[in-house]
Amino acid sequence: MVEINNISKNYGKVKALDNVSFTVNTGELFGLIGPDGAGKTSLLRIITTLILANSGSVKVFGLDVVKDYKKIRNITGYMPGKFSLYQDLSVEENLSFFASVFGTTIQENYHLIKDIYVQIEPFKTRPAGKLSGGMKQKLALSCALIHKPEILVLDEPTTGVDAVSRKEFWAMLKNLKKIGITIIVSTPYMDEAALCDRVALIQQGKILDLDSPEGIINRNIQEIFEVSAKDMYRLKNDISSYENTQSVFLFGRVLHYSPKNESSAKDLEEYLKNKGHLNLKIEKGSPGIEDCFMKLMNTNG
Amino acid sequence: MAEKEIVISVKNLVKKFGAFEANKNLSFHVNKGEIFGFLGANGAGKTTAMKILCGLSAPTSGEISVAGYDVYAQREKIKRNIGYMSQKFSLYEDLTVMENIRFYAGIYGIKKNLIKTKALELLEKLHFLEMANTLIGSVPLGWKQKLAFSIAIIHKPEIVFLDEPTGGVDPVTRRQFWDLIYDASNRGITVFVTTHYMDEAEYCDRVCIMVDGRIDALDSPDNLKMQFNAANMDEVFIKLARNSDYEKV
Amino acid sequence: MKRFKSFVLKEFRHIFRDVRTVIILFGIPVAQILIFGYVVTNEVKDAKIAVLDLSKDEMTIEITNKLTSSGYFLLVRNLNSEDEIEEIFRKGEAREVIIFEPEFSSNFVKYGKANLRIITDASDANSANMLTNYTSAIVRDYSFSQNKSSAVAGQILAQSRMQFNQNLEGSYMFVPGTMALILMLVSAMMTSISITREKETGTMEVLLVSPLKPAQIIIGKVIPYVILSFGNAISILILGYFVFGLPVNGPLGLLLAESLLFIMMALSLGIFISTISKSQQVAMFISMFALMLPTMLLSGFIFPIENMPEVLQWLCNVMPPKYYITIVKNIMLKGTGFEFVWFETLVLLGMTVFFILLSIYKFKIRLD
Repeated sequence: MVEINNISKNYGKVKALDNVSFTVNTGELFGLIGPDGAGKTSLLRIITTLILANSGSVKVFGLDVVKDYKKIRNITGYMPGKFSLYQDLSVEENLSFFASVFGTTIQENYHLIKDIYVQIEPFKTRPAGKLSGGMKQKLALSCALIHKPEILVLDEPTTGVDAVSRKEFWAMLKNLKKIGITIIVSTPYMDEAALCDRVALIQQGKILDLDSPEGIINRNIQEIFEVSAKDMYRLKNDISSYENTQSVFLFGRVLHYSPKNESSAKDLEEYLKNKGHLNLKIEKGSPGIEDCFMKLMNTNG
Repeated sequence: MAEKEIVISVKNLVKKFGAFEANKNLSFHVNKGEIFGFLGANGAGKTTAMKILCGLSAPTSGEISVAGYDVYAQREKIKRNIGYMSQKFSLYEDLTVMENIRFYAGIYGIKKNLIKTKALELLEKLHFLEMANTLIGSVPLGWKQKLAFSIAIIHKPEIVFLDEPTGGVDPVTRRQFWDLIYDASNRGITVFVTTHYMDEAEYCDRVCIMVDGRIDALDSPDNLKMQFNAANMDEVFIKLARNSDYEKV
Repeated sequence: MKRFKSFVLKEFRHIFRDVRTVIILFGIPVAQILIFGYVVTNEVKDAKIAVLDLSKDEMTIEITNKLTSSGYFLLVRNLNSEDEIEEIFRKGEAREVIIFEPEFSSNFVKYGKANLRIITDASDANSANMLTNYTSAIVRDYSFSQNKSSAVAGQILAQSRMQFNQNLEGSYMFVPGTMALILMLVSAMMTSISITREKETGTMEVLLVSPLKPAQIIIGKVIPYVILSFGNAISILILGYFVFGLPVNGPLGLLLAESLLFIMMALSLGIFISTISKSQQVAMFISMFALMLPTMLLSGFIFPIENMPEVLQWLCNVMPPKYYITIVKNIMLKGTGFEFVWFETLVLLGMTVFFILLSIYKFKIRLD
C-alpha cells in the first residue's frame, strides 16, 4: 500500500505538486494520467525516494520515504522516463548488472521476467543502444523486475514507443499484477487509462479526479454527441459559436459535442442544417477518459 | 477530378547509412494545402525521410522535389520555402516570447518594419499578448508548442514540417494545436506532420504509414480503415506493424 | 562484494567499448610524452653556435672542441669581428656566439683568470637561458680540469650573469610535468565525465533507487581509473627510461606511492567536479579549465613559479600538481628520499582528504 498525504513540491516558484493525497492499494495497477509538466515524474520520484517533498508524507508499505529510504529501495523496481539502460552494454550485460546490483542473479528470478525476456533474448549480445524502442522498453522492464520487487514504479513507459509495443507492454503489466506486484504507472496517453484498475487524473500538480476508469466517466458523465459533416473545419467553427455549446472537441473523424444544458440533438441538427452542412451526422456517443479530463480541466482552471 | 498542384514529389527515395537502409525506395507525393500524416514506429525511417525533405540531409538516390526545388541542388531555396518545428527543437528557453518571435522572423527574412506588426498579430491570435515578455522557459509546454508552430509559419511557407508536435501535450491544448494546423491548411499551407497519437492520424487528409523503411500504406484515413477492415486508425496501424520484421523474433 | 565486482566489471566494459575513451587513456599519454620529450630534448641538441676567437691559442681551441664534441653544440662559423654577430643572429645562422678575449691562455696562466663572453639570441628566452647554462657548465668543467692537471690555479670568467643550476636538467624537465598533466587528465576528467554520463542517461536514478550505497557507487566508478592511471604512470616512466634515458635516481617504490597518492587526489577532485556538474559537457569544461590549464601553467611545469607575480605564486600554492611535480623532480632527478618530500606529500594527502570529504558531502543519496 502506498499512502500519499498532502504532498507539495516546488521548484523555485514553480509548483510541481500542490497538496496531493491519495492511496494506492496493494496489488493494484494504478495509473497516473496527465500531460507533460503535470507533476507525474515528481510524484513518482518522491515515491521512489529519489527526491524529497517540500511538505507532506509518503509511506510505501508502511515505510517512510524519508526515514526508511534504504528499505524502500530494496523492494522497489523503478523504470525512469528515459529507458535508463547502458547503451554500450549488451542486453544480457545490462540485465546481469542490474541483477547483481540488487544482490541477485538472472537465474534466481528468471521466472519473473521469462515471458518478457524471451522476446529479446535472441538479441542478447546486441548493445542496448541498438535496440528498437519496443525492445528497449522490454529490457528496461526486465531490469526493473529482476530483483523481484514488491512494487513497480514506471514513469511513462509507453512514451515514444509504437502502438504495437504499447499494447504488448500493457499485457505484460496485467500479468505482473496477477502475481501480486503493486504497479504505479504514469502516462500521457488518455486511452491507456482504461487498462488500469484505478487512475488519478493529474494536471498542473493537482489531482483532478481519482477512481476506476468507469467511475470517473460515470461521475463526470455528460451527454456526448458525435457529429460529423463534409467540411469538418467549418462544422467545428459553427458548433463553437452555437449558443447551446458547452464544449466541442475533435475526436478523430468526429466532433465530440457536449451541450450546455439538457438539450436534444434535434436543435443542433436544425442549427447546422441551416448553416448548409452536407453529409451531416449526429449520433449519441459514449464519453471516455479524455472527455472527462478535458471537462475537468475546464472546470478547474 | 481537378488537377491538384503537387508540392512534394518523391520518386524512389533511398537513404543508406553504411549497410543499413533507412529508407527503402520511397515514392509518394503531397498535394498543395493537404494535411499529410507521416506515421510509423520509432526507427521506421520517418525522421530520416523528413530530414531529407527539409534539405537537412542528402538522399543516397532518388528524384525528390520540395516546393518545386530539387533536394540535391537547391537545398537553400527549399529551406527558404518551408517551416520546421519539432518537439525537441523549438524555442530558446532563455529568451522571452517576443524575443523568440523577433529572432525567427529575422532569420526567415521578414522585413524589420514588418516584424513588430507580425509579432503582435501572432500573439493576439494565440491570446498570448500578456505573455509577450515572459521567458519561454516558464511557458507551459502546450503553449510553447502552439507558439513554436505559429512562428514556424510566420513567413508563410509553402510547406510546414511538424515532427511529433503534440507529444506529451494535454488533450485540450493538443486540439487547439490542431485547430492551428487546420487554419494554416485552409490558408493554403501544406502540412507534413508525424505523430504517435492515432486519433490525430484521423485528422489528416491522407496518411502514410512506414514500416521498416518502406511505405506500407498510403491513403485517406477512411479508405485505409476500409482497406484493412478496421474500426479506427489504431487498428490499421497495429495490423500493419505486425508485418514488421524488425520486431519479429 | 559480488555487487561491487560486477560494478567494476561494468565500468571496465564502458571504458574498453568506447574507442575515444581508449585513445584518451592510452594514446594521448604516449603521444604527449613523445612530443614533449622530443621537442624539449632537441632544444639542446646540435644547437648552432659561432665562435669569435680573438686569441686562437691552445686553450680556446680546446674549449671550442669541448663544446662541439659535447653533442649539444654545432659550430657553424668562425667570426672575425664583433660586427658580424648581429648579422649572424638576424639571419638565424647561430643561436649563440662565444667570444674569447685576446691572450686568453696567457691571461689564464699569468693572472689566473681569463674572460669569455657568451651572447645568446634572446628572442627565444627559454632556450637562450638553457644554452648559456650549458655553455658555462662546459667551460667551468674545463677550467676545473685545468686546475686539477696543473699547478696553476686559474679561473675562466664567463661573462653571463646566469648561474648554473645543478637541477636544471632541461631534457628531463618535461617528464614530471607531463606525468602530472596526464594523471590529472585521465583521473579527474574521465571520472567526472563517466559519473555525469550516468546522470545524463538516467541510469544514476536507477542506481540510486538500488540498495547500493553512495560510497559503493563512487568507489566502484573510481577503481578502474585508479588502475588505469597507475598503469599510465608506469608506462610514462618506462617510456622516459628507454626512449629518453631518463634515470630514476631515488627510490622507485616511493615514486610509485607518491604517484598513487596524486592519482587519488585527482580522482577525488573528479568526483567533486561530477557532483557540481549536470552534464558531461559541463564536467569536461570544468576539468579542462580548472584542471588542465592550471596544471600546465601554474605548476612550474612550463613557467618557473619564481618568476611569476606574487598573486600567481599564491595561486600556485593551491595547485596540487605543483607539489606532485616537486616530489617527482626530487625523487627522480635529485635522487632524494622521503625526508625531502614529506611536506609536499602531506599537502597532497590533505587535499585528497579534503576533496573526498567534500564529495561525500556533496554526493547526495537523492536526485535534487
